[in-house]
Amino acid sequence: MKFLVTVKRVTDYEAKIKVKADKSGIVTDGVNMIVNPFDEIGVEEALRLKEKHGGEVVVVSIGDKDATQQIRSALAMGADRGVLVTSNDAELDSAGVAKILEKLVAEESPDMVIMGKQAIDGDSNQAAQMLAERLGWGQATFANTVTVEDGKVTVIREADGGLETVSCTLPAVVTTDLRLNEPRYASLPGIMKAKRKPLKEVSPADLGVDLALQVVVKGLEEPPQKSAGQIVPDVATLVDKLQNEAKAL
Amino acid sequence: MPNPLDFFAFEDLLTEEERAARDSVRRFVEAKVRPHVAQAWRDAAPLPIMRELAELGLFGATLDLGDGPTLNYVAYGLCMRELERADSCVRSMVGVQSNLCMYPIFTFGSAQHKEELLPQLAAGTLVGCFGLSEPDAGSDPGNMSTRATKVDGGWRISGTKRWITNGTLADIAIVWARTGQGASSIRGFVVPTDADGFSRHKLDGKQSFRASDTAELMLDDVFVPDEALLPGTDGLKSALAVLNQGRYGICWGVLGAAEDCFATALDFAKERMAFGRPIAGFQLVQQKFAQMSARLTHAQLLAWRFGRLKDEAVEKGGDIEGARTSMAKMANVETALHIARTCRDILGGNGIMDEYGIMRHMSNLETVYTYEGTHDVHQLVVGHALTGQSAFR
Repeated sequence: MKFLVTVKRVTDYEAKIKVKADKSGIVTDGVNMIVNPFDEIGVEEALRLKEKHGGEVVVVSIGDKDATQQIRSALAMGADRGVLVTSNDAELDSAGVAKILEKLVAEESPDMVIMGKQAIDGDSNQAAQMLAERLGWGQATFANTVTVEDGKVTVIREADGGLETVSCTLPAVVTTDLRLNEPRYASLPGIMKAKRKPLKEVSPADLGVDLALQVVVKGLEEPPQKSAGQIVPDVATLVDKLQNEAKAL
Repeated sequence: MPNPLDFFAFEDLLTEEERAARDSVRRFVEAKVRPHVAQAWRDAAPLPIMRELAELGLFGATLDLGDGPTLNYVAYGLCMRELERADSCVRSMVGVQSNLCMYPIFTFGSAQHKEELLPQLAAGTLVGCFGLSEPDAGSDPGNMSTRATKVDGGWRISGTKRWITNGTLADIAIVWARTGQGASSIRGFVVPTDADGFSRHKLDGKQSFRASDTAELMLDDVFVPDEALLPGTDGLKSALAVLNQGRYGICWGVLGAAEDCFATALDFAKERMAFGRPIAGFQLVQQKFAQMSARLTHAQLLAWRFGRLKDEAVEKGGDIEGARTSMAKMANVETALHIARTCRDILGGNGIMDEYGIMRHMSNLETVYTYEGTHDVHQLVVGHALTGQSAFR
């Protein structure tokens, strides 16, 4: 089986995020960058499926040159080769990502595309669904368990209020949820081998993709500062304040 | 503003692979090691993580075992720093397996030793230790009393080895013994710890290195076959070459302990109020941080330079000079111990509580100050190199 897995370069979830003065984006200078954690779960799942069924794991990242670091980190975990589509976040929306991946799927013919359910920076949760739609493939999102058998993938997905089991004919698009697996640590020999694995670079133009934005980010705002709380003497005062000051009741 | 833990952008001196290796070990340590170190200290019990450390590929990572590219020494040093950020005992556990057991087999062993033992040691299915120090011979191992006597088909070894890290866990011990008169007759042997006449016991009552398996090994007329001899060993200098490998890891490892103390103390000082303001605002506290930060910066840059020079030397088939290794071990351990003690002071009474980890690091560093060449002896090695005069004899 062949797996195409996306790895997005995102800010570390432990980093303190600041919005740029002109509100056009966030400050990334000096901020640690990591593989989107949901994508890392996707890499782990592809590696496990490969260990079971054989095949190849190809990782793709769409981003600037620095995103090779995230591709290498997936290669160090055990993926076989990487593709970097050179672009930058400002030129991309979810539809653009889906269009690029559609072209790569045509080139690579994977049996399964595995993506994180969303990237922890933009939190759009759209690209995989758009990709499946463009390809006309089945999709199973928010995977909690993935099983491949007889040309089909069965996914137990995390739905609101419970688990839902769906089954898709391969090829299909699967997105990962947090509890699908616990990604392995890249071993030191894995890291050293990663730099010798093939990594190809292409541009959206090479793929013949037109990246006209359909969604434009107008500006970013930091969440409002939380003001200090008040301690009230009794329930009656609380109700009064909720009614008359906060106008919440 | 510079990063308080990396004031001179040490990070920029590293390659992408070096950072990747460091980051992988850091993630492992944060998730699987750090949460357990305080309890391991209280229980005086080594963490049962040999297999996981092996899976990460830490054992013998710098040695070319024929299965792909090896780690360079800078990357290896960075990994030691991450392990010791959690606890010196964890770094030591890896250091002994890699540097004091696998390295001598790799360097002085026969083809059979390498083929049989190295893969198992790398996989952590076999645990090794190193027996040089004795109850009455530490800084002067040339005067060891352990003897190996040639007999038909092998050797009979008798003697006692002390301060042996991984000693009760080990399946094999690299035992150093005199085969005749003088230090030049010292040779290394691979001795199975289940051999007849081999006994060992854990050293109880340690006030430092509590999460480390420290033992005494007793060899009472232990017979080993001829093949147990490491054929490339030739006198005390072979044992000292092995120790220089260990000292390399120490020079880097202690940075982790020092940085952990520094980070804890800095957070504490910014939060802890006295006289209506954080104690970080007081001049005496700031002076401590400024001095520690300068010394930490020196230590980071020294470790980096040490690593680059070692990588260059090893690439040419040699090794870095022993005097440089001695200086790096001496200087960085002293710095780390100074930082740990100063951070303990900044935390006041809290500094002695194990939830902060500083006293544990500090106490561990007292061991590191003494083992693998005492601080005093390293100064004499450096003194010898500087003046041409040996203070030993």
